[in-house]
Amino acid sequence: MTEPKPKSIRNLEPLGLDKVPVLDVSGFRRTIVDAVRNGARVSSFFGVPASALAEGNAATPAPDGAASPVRLFAVLASVETGTLSVLSALVQGEYPSLTPECPQVHWFEREIWEQWSVKPAGHPWLKPIRFHAPYAPTGSGAAAGAEIGVAEFFRIEGAEVHEVAVGPVHAGVIEPGHFRFQCHGENVYHLEISLGYQHRGVEPALVGGPNRRTLHYLETLAGDTSVGHATAYARLVEALAGAAAPPRAMSLRGIALELERLANHTGDLGALAGDVAYLPTASYCGRLRGDFLNLSALLCGNRFGRGLIVPGGVNFDADRELIAELQARLAAAAADVQGAVELLWQTPSVMARFENTGALSLELATELGLVGPVARACGARMDVRHDFPAGIYQFVQVPMSTWNTGDVFARAYVRWLEIQKSIAFIQERAEALPDGACRQDLPVAPDRRQFAVSLVEGWRGEICHVAITNSAGRFIRYKIVDPSFHNWIGLAMALRGQPISDFPLCNKSFNLSYCGHDL
Amino acid sequence: MFDELLARLQQKHRTGAFPGAEPQIPPRARCLPAVDLGTCGCASGCNACAAACPTGAITVNGKVCFDLGKCLFCPDCAAACPKSAIRFGTDYRLATRTRDDLRVATDPLRLAAALEGETRRLFGRSLKLRQVSAAGCNACEADCNVLNTLVFDLGRFGIQFVASPRHADGVLVTGPVSRNMLLGLRKTYEAIPSPRLVIAVGACAISGGPFAGHPEVLNGAGEVVPIDLFIPGCPPHPYTILDGLLRLLGRR
Repeated sequence: MTEPKPKSIRNLEPLGLDKVPVLDVSGFRRTIVDAVRNGARVSSFFGVPASALAEGNAATPAPDGAASPVRLFAVLASVETGTLSVLSALVQGEYPSLTPECPQVHWFEREIWEQWSVKPAGHPWLKPIRFHAPYAPTGSGAAAGAEIGVAEFFRIEGAEVHEVAVGPVHAGVIEPGHFRFQCHGENVYHLEISLGYQHRGVEPALVGGPNRRTLHYLETLAGDTSVGHATAYARLVEALAGAAAPPRAMSLRGIALELERLANHTGDLGALAGDVAYLPTASYCGRLRGDFLNLSALLCGNRFGRGLIVPGGVNFDADRELIAELQARLAAAAADVQGAVELLWQTPSVMARFENTGALSLELATELGLVGPVARACGARMDVRHDFPAGIYQFVQVPMSTWNTGDVFARAYVRWLEIQKSIAFIQERAEALPDGACRQDLPVAPDRRQFAVSLVEGWRGEICHVAITNSAGRFIRYKIVDPSFHNWIGLAMALRGQPISDFPLCNKSFNLSYCGHDL
Repeated sequence: MFDELLARLQQKHRTGAFPGAEPQIPPRARCLPAVDLGTCGCASGCNACAAACPTGAITVNGKVCFDLGKCLFCPDCAAACPKSAIRFGTDYRLATRTRDDLRVATDPLRLAAALEGETRRLFGRSLKLRQVSAAGCNACEADCNVLNTLVFDLGRFGIQFVASPRHADGVLVTGPVSRNMLLGLRKTYEAIPSPRLVIAVGACAISGGPFAGHPEVLNGAGEVVPIDLFIPGCPPHPYTILDGLLRLLGRR
């Protein structure tokens, strides 16, 4: 008998759940390790209890004390072919960890262990990532609801080594998380990032949906990425029903997604300027960020784009007058952003702090599976809008922006390049807004169990949603990977060998989501 | 240097005229909801808005009652109403002093009254706040942060977000309060010298928001600390927050 091969699908191409190949554990491991060596990236890797997947025929309960079987699903993204490989394997209790051979799954394996009590044996760094009780209270060696903040933190010993602990409550108006630095004088040898303070239990609450709360969970999953996550969700529901939003809605969603990128990138450039005490750009960009948010409010009433996107299209149409106002205000903001941001590149005191600070190599970024502007700043050519286009991006390309120094400057500069391209995109889309409806009713999803993946390039990078539905179209599992999930380790690595006083600057250059990670 | 001066000229003066002049709220903004009693069908048993509400913010009992503390100010109820009787207005003033004041039907919303006596004397012209995000999604946090920008210029009112609870007169809480942040919130509150204020910003901090009922969260900050000011929204508009703060201090 030949071993099953991973199934190749496209972004938003639904697959019958029975078509997702089940490999044995060694074949599963080998396939993932080989694919990643050949340039693929792990977009999602998660567990589902086999009992939850056994619809119709009652699952055989595991004997007392034994671990219940869990099916592991992996989604591998290949930029070269624009396709996603899907594969799965059934495990019970434990399986040999992939992390030693494939470091980019390290965080996924910790998550699987914490959620389902399946131990990746040989994982070099196995501790909770969110500190919650296991979703399936069986099995062995689980985190078993470890108390938050109580963990075996990595420690360096030595006469002049000292430890700095920061958080969960930080000095600024930001989300909570805990950071531990192992320092020798000013120099950081290692930074450990311990999260979970924001855990709200979103994934378990999504099971059984869609329902009237589902969209709101996605809009508040990471508040600054409301449009990104709502877009991923709406497209996924449409794909499962075998439909797509009308062209006018696609354009309006694209405009909203790019406005979200503009607001956040502009805010980040201002915050970076603030962190090196360059106040002109910090003040101007703080204001301009609000101007972009107000454009989202112009479209849909909410500065974060909430309420705009629904499965089937968008809730609010834009007439000619509104579009004209959008274009005029965007043009004015664009000119001001240019003036504010270009000051950065011509100010030596700013450049001296940005350049060569917190640099990551392309090799490291690739090995760790980093995504978004952080990866593009290292020279990685990846952008969901380009590689796995959906919605309006199937018809209109946004040029990919990369840089190659991997430092704070590169992360700032890639944002600036993206700002310019997003502005041009919105102006063009607003000019050529297709006629027709902006919302349509969705057909009833086919009467079969389905598996589908939705990728969106949010402003932080790749957003990956995976839905597994039962034959009534309800979610058996809805797995969310926010780009921050991939990128937090990048921040930890960027700090190595840096003075601890550069942490705020490095942190801001990543600007990752805590709640998007903690779910 | 010349470039900086030119940029400064280009950027102009941007600080808003608020509170001397009313702010511009986008026409599509969803602030204070209202029901057109003439067309509302609740007398004949219609319950469509309540059934559509994601957080159970609407109860129908002869009339439609909104709990603004639970409301996400989303378009779902208005879209579900068969008579199009629900409208969200642009009145951004929504802050109250009690949880009960946020439950509104036909009577006008009782906006927050000012502090009295010694607390007013202490905080009226200088209020330092420590912000704690307790599983907030970063939208409420962002719209608090934006008050520091030159458009709102929070500092001109003597209000400031400070880095330590020891420097603070109160805590501004966002998020439903995850169990994992319970200790952090409690310790922050206890580290603030008395008398101290608690301000809950956003549906999550007031009622748990969309996460109400999850075992992973408490249903808002009120389960941990006594709240002095409720500012509803998801997130509240920055002017809603600023208006609430100024009312509390007796400045509006």
